Amino acid sequence: MQTAAMPKRQEFSGDAEISSASLFLYRIKLWLKSPRPYTMFTGLVLFGLFWWLSTEVLKLPRFEKLPGPVSVFREWFSKNPAYGISIYTPEYYEHIWKSVLRVIQAFGIATLLGVPLGLFMGWRKTFKDYTFPILETLRPIPMLAWVPLAILMWPGREAAIIYLTCLSAFFATTLNTLLGVESIDEAYFRAALCLGSKPRHIFFRIVFPGALPFIFTGLQISMGVAWFSLVAGEMLAGEYGLGYLIWNSFILVQYPVIVIAMVTLGSIGWASSAIIRFVGTLLMKWKARETAL
Amino acid sequence: MNVTKIYDPDGANVLALDDCCMEIQAGEFCVMVGPSGCGKTTLLNAIAGFHDITSGEIHLDGELLCSGTRMADPGADRIVVFQQGALFPWYTVLENATYGPLVQGKMAKAEARKAAEELLGDMGLKGILHNYPSEISSGMRRRVEIARAMMNDPKVLLMDEPYRAMDALTKTVMHKHLLDVYDATHKTIFFITHDLEEAIFLGSRVYVMTTRPGRIKKVIDVDIPRPRDFRVLSSERYLSLKGEAIEAVHEEAKRAFEAGERELA
Repeated sequence: MQTAAMPKRQEFSGDAEISSASLFLYRIKLWLKSPRPYTMFTGLVLFGLFWWLSTEVLKLPRFEKLPGPVSVFREWFSKNPAYGISIYTPEYYEHIWKSVLRVIQAFGIATLLGVPLGLFMGWRKTFKDYTFPILETLRPIPMLAWVPLAILMWPGREAAIIYLTCLSAFFATTLNTLLGVESIDEAYFRAALCLGSKPRHIFFRIVFPGALPFIFTGLQISMGVAWFSLVAGEMLAGEYGLGYLIWNSFILVQYPVIVIAMVTLGSIGWASSAIIRFVGTLLMKWKARETAL
Repeated sequence: MNVTKIYDPDGANVLALDDCCMEIQAGEFCVMVGPSGCGKTTLLNAIAGFHDITSGEIHLDGELLCSGTRMADPGADRIVVFQQGALFPWYTVLENATYGPLVQGKMAKAEARKAAEELLGDMGLKGILHNYPSEISSGMRRRVEIARAMMNDPKVLLMDEPYRAMDALTKTVMHKHLLDVYDATHKTIFFITHDLEEAIFLGSRVYVMTTRPGRIKKVIDVDIPRPRDFRVLSSERYLSLKGEAIEAVHEEAKRAFEAGERELA
């Protein structure tokens, strides 16, 4: 990809502005020319084939009880699904929407708290000395260990689930933001001081933009752990949501629905990471141009 | 100024600068040349306000800048052009150039933009105003950095081996550019390097430093008239000054090398 893009570089040494949209299209074009989409497709087909053979054709030991691709997809796209969940039933979307809403709330709160906290910790060493040991002690505690306290703290299931999801996302965001600030070259701080910056300029014009690449890496990780925690939370206590759907279908012996919910989770998780990457590219044109061209 | 700097890592005192005494005239192009580790950057950092000094005083325009008890505050009257370059990668060339006047509140946005466009245009950088630093060559980046410094009208420009990592060809272009800027503005420049030819070609006065502890070994007044260009490099006066300097430096380089050998042994 790098070498194919090299001659393009010349075009941007002039005054021309490149829009994010054209950059995006350009990347897609390059991607389609590379062998990657085709190997990816082949990989998926081979995986599907293995799934089909092991569960529905050969019925291998360990696999014989699992729902196969034919039964799953038949159920998923059926207008009249046997277990009440398919792309034609409103319940399916209700579950998705509930989960997405919880993740958005938890992720939003975690970002709003975690990014400023991480920036401050990286910027002011004294503040870091106070807070870092606490963060490092709390961070490795598995989310499930927080469940009893979450139930004691929050009224109702909804708040507790969001709290747990938020907590795990918060640690990932804070830590990466902190690392981001620490990764900024000392020369930029010195140059900014030379140029007459006051502390607020250092914070908003050096610390924040300088940490952005790490912040976005952190946000992607945080989105991943948010989904992870959410599903665990929904399995423990929930009335709606994809995690609940998975567990409930297991109890009700509706095995194809489990896989439908799992694949749905995978796709939404992937899409949410892609959205974060896209926003990151928009906010960091300097970085996007540096790495893309 | 007369400065002593002692580093104290793990209890073993390292005398980096020993009673280093010099005076730079306003508008002078002063070059300090010496082997690696002789304390050139230490001195520059003390002037810029990044490091403290152990004893001595540094004055700027008659005012005390720093002493053994007081560290200088970094400020826009002494701007550093860094060895590795320090243009903010998240800002375009134009945004980098307007950074100083804007954060100091010296200019309104439109005014700063206009001034920067003019200055960058004069420096032949008109075509890259909206590019990010990663999109332009290292030579251009260094020129933008000088422009960014000039936007603040500093009392002194502190240059910390800015052309160290460049190839010889780019270097000659950069030298010519810096001489043009100097001839046009007559800013006071404090330039440090370990390249003798660069020192004599650029400077009005060259201080040759000893190896650690850094002391001033020789002061060479370079009386080659300005404006200078590459033809100076083959002139007799240049060659004789260079010979004089080489003699002083060679001895130091040898001592530094032997000291390094001892440290390794």
